[in-house]
Amino acid sequence: MDIRVQEAAFDLGQETNGFAARQSGMGAVVTFTGIVRDLDNGALSAMEIEHYPGMTQKALEGIADEAKTRWTLGDVMIIHRYGRLHPDEMIMMVATSARHRGDAFQAAEFLMDFLKSRAPFWKKELTQDGAEWVAAKDVDEDALKRW
Amino acid sequence: MDVLYFAWVRERVGHPKDRIDTNPATVMDLVNDLRAREPRYEAAFSDLDALRVAIDQELADFDASLTGVREVAFFPPMTGG
Repeated sequence: MDIRVQEAAFDLGQETNGFAARQSGMGAVVTFTGIVRDLDNGALSAMEIEHYPGMTQKALEGIADEAKTRWTLGDVMIIHRYGRLHPDEMIMMVATSARHRGDAFQAAEFLMDFLKSRAPFWKKELTQDGAEWVAAKDVDEDALKRW
Repeated sequence: MDVLYFAWVRERVGHPKDRIDTNPATVMDLVNDLRAREPRYEAAFSDLDALRVAIDQELADFDASLTGVREVAFFPPMTGG
């Protein structure tokens, strides 16, 4: 399990290749990447991501452990950034490996659903008009119920 | 016991951390103690439905006991990913 909470950018290609190269006997690697999305009117100057340092690593490990008990996985990787990010920058990625793609796909989706509302990160959108905390969406909370 | 605040809870309270020397029995007792302090705490804790709490870095409920607890954190619903 490789779980990193960091301010620095990461190289998606390098991380994906590295993760895949560390697997043995796995037939599938699935990755998901989250990117800072501009507002519809193109007004986003930056996104600030705050987290709870004492809890974040533990929460992510708990979510990854839960995924490993539910599906037959080779490995799980999570990278999540914090600090000030700009539109089109990568915020985070998850990677899962499994012998068969179904496990890898489902586990990646599970990880994302729980990362959204059970990992202690908070996003704030900065525009010329000021700053606004991103509100949690009911749809994200509802997404947990399917698991 | 340390009490931590994140995101807009931190902004409303005005600082990221308090050290509490009293011994509230539950999270709710702690919340009531804090609300009685100053209007900015009242502003931060006026709508508990909009708040989440963690006890010693684990998500918890407002009726949870604080016996033996070292750190309590209050924050809005999380927006990771």
